[in-house]
Amino acid sequence: MSAGTTKLNVTVTDVVAVNELVKRFHFERTDGEYLPTFSGGAHVVVEMRDNDRTRLNPYSLMSSPLNTRDYTISVRRDDSGRGGSLFMHNHVKRGMEMVISYPVNLFSLDLRAKKHLMIAGGIGITPFLAQTAQLAASSGSFELHYTCRTEALGSYTEALRERYGNRVHLYYDDRNERIPLDRLFATQPLGTHIYVCGPEGMIRWVRDTAAQHGWPNEMVHYEHFAAPQPGKPFDVTLALSKKEIRVGEDQSLLEAMEAAGIDPPYLCRGGVCGQCETNVISHDGTFKHNDHWLSKEEHCSGKKIMPCVSRFEGRSLVLER
Amino acid sequence: MGINFRKETFRDDFTFKNSPEQVRRFPFPFNEDAYMYAVNIEPHVPGPKNSVFEHLIDVDEHYVSEMQDRAMVLAEDPLRCQSLPHMTLAGWDLLELLMVEKAKSYPEHFELTREGDRWRWVNRPLGIDDTFTFGDVSTLPYGPMEYITRQSQGDFAVLDQRDGNLWMDAGMVTTQADWSLDFDIGMNFFEWHAPVPLAHEKGIFTRALKFLTNIQQGQPARRLNWTMTINPRLDTSPENFHKWGTDRLTVTPENVGNKVHLRVELQSFWRLPRSNALVFPIRCYLIKMDELVAQPKWARRFHRVLRDLPDELADYKGLTRYRPTVVEWLSKYDDGAPTSPGFSPD
Ligand code: HEM
Ligand code: FES
Repeated sequence: MSAGTTKLNVTVTDVVAVNELVKRFHFERTDGEYLPTFSGGAHVVVEMRDNDRTRLNPYSLMSSPLNTRDYTISVRRDDSGRGGSLFMHNHVKRGMEMVISYPVNLFSLDLRAKKHLMIAGGIGITPFLAQTAQLAASSGSFELHYTCRTEALGSYTEALRERYGNRVHLYYDDRNERIPLDRLFATQPLGTHIYVCGPEGMIRWVRDTAAQHGWPNEMVHYEHFAAPQPGKPFDVTLALSKKEIRVGEDQSLLEAMEAAGIDPPYLCRGGVCGQCETNVISHDGTFKHNDHWLSKEEHCSGKKIMPCVSRFEGRSLVLER
Repeated sequence: MGINFRKETFRDDFTFKNSPEQVRRFPFPFNEDAYMYAVNIEPHVPGPKNSVFEHLIDVDEHYVSEMQDRAMVLAEDPLRCQSLPHMTLAGWDLLELLMVEKAKSYPEHFELTREGDRWRWVNRPLGIDDTFTFGDVSTLPYGPMEYITRQSQGDFAVLDQRDGNLWMDAGMVTTQADWSLDFDIGMNFFEWHAPVPLAHEKGIFTRALKFLTNIQQGQPARRLNWTMTINPRLDTSPENFHKWGTDRLTVTPENVGNKVHLRVELQSFWRLPRSNALVFPIRCYLIKMDELVAQPKWARRFHRVLRDLPDELADYKGLTRYRPTVVEWLSKYDDGAPTSPGFSPD
């Protein structure tokens, strides 16, 4: 069964420029019904029909889980990426009909936590907008530390401050402000859980620092969508479906398989959920593993690949698909 | 229209039986003449009319009597229903799921009206008409999970999902096949499955867990499991083993037809939206051997399955003592003719 394929038909009800780089999109169900309830930290996969190709990108839901009249997401424009964010910025207008997936949560709150310590970098703020709304409604204890490049590029900083006052701490790179992780991690009450969402380097910094302070892994949660990396085109043989396909430079292997009429399982399209795991039958070349699912040993074994984010360079690659 | 709820007992004088219509809709769990553990999971989508899959949450003629039996179990042993503090939100999710599904599938028996968080719930078979505030525990007579599962057939395990595993952190368990919520509470998927033979070695549980942790909202899944029970007793719990364990010694060739039951569990898996927890309803269906053999295909096949069942499974399911007597009895209904593939009667 291919997971993550339950679809929702939605209409774009508003597009708002939040700042120079970020736009916010509002969706309502085209049939006027309520959208499914979700939990803070969930994402949806947005289908983008761009001429003859379809892109599928995951975006965290940032609206309050208490309101299912509409869903909102924020998209940061990435001029060097594969074009999903450019499509959202340049082509998606109010009134447009789109297709999104049911919400999927791979970054949920641990409801046993006595306190939730949230650390966000840049556009990584979006899941926390939903989580803080959920926690505030149930009188959950949280504290948010949010770092942005500059004041002008900080998204939702004012709204967060207004809603939650001094539970929100802001830091700006251009003022050389840095989250005092060491002090924070040393002074949390027992039963605190850490959550981090942001650029790769930040996630590593937070996880490493937490480990140095003796935090157990299961109390440190991170949301990490590896955006599929553009790369050189490569050819793949799909043994089960008896097809030869070419993966274009701004296409993922998963997308190339879908374009060839194959329906492999997926959920996150970001290398974290494990659904798309595919066996390698043979290869002659090197893998560019970009996922966070397979172990180091599996990466080295050359026996598995996560087609949503990983690529290949070399002469031949045969997959069990 | 509407279900004709039977008045019957699952203890003492054991007046439980199935109407002919109920026998026809019995979820016979064997699609071939042999049985072994497998990752037998499929999408939980509505099935044919007059089958137990017609509605995603099945209500049948035993509903009212099963709920009375549950109330008796809880009065004697409140620990059959437990919910760790972080599971209250999942309880509300479950309450919503069961109310919405029941009201949609059986409007003549159940009614749900929602105005914002003011909800009115009417359960006609049990004579309940309550108005409450969704999310406010003080407006219900019990916690949300206990409230709704006192009105829902089958057991419920509510699993918190974290660290790539599932944790049995809440449940209502009064109609179980010899396992205990009080023992399993707080355990993870591998821990509570530890007693099961053979399946770990076959890698069934690692694969099943991968599937379960990825179950998405709006895409429930299901599987069937089975065992056997002497006398139509719902509460075959370890806590009450002293009351039912000795029943296994009472099977004779004369009483198999009425005393021995095939017990089938329709298990389903649902992602809960607010809590991101998973709920696992375990719906139990009982059928007497006399009722089962009314379908010649079922009689032939069950004879063969039971006769050839690996000893480890028979031991684990507690059938060892009376298996020969039942196999002998069933053999009268097996002329050796081939059976057609699939679950349904010929
Ligand atoms: C999260 C959902 C599940 C829960 C709460 C659950 C719970 C249980 C429990 C409490 C037992 C009894 C263990 C004992 O003897 O104490 C059991 C048995 C078993 N479970 Fe699960 N289970 C779940 C999902 C699954 C799945 C998905 C599979 C396989 C595909 C599975 C396969 C089995 C098998 C084969 C047995 C032995 C049953 C028998 O022979 O009667 N379970 N389960
Ligand atoms: S789709 Fe989730 S890891 Fe590839």
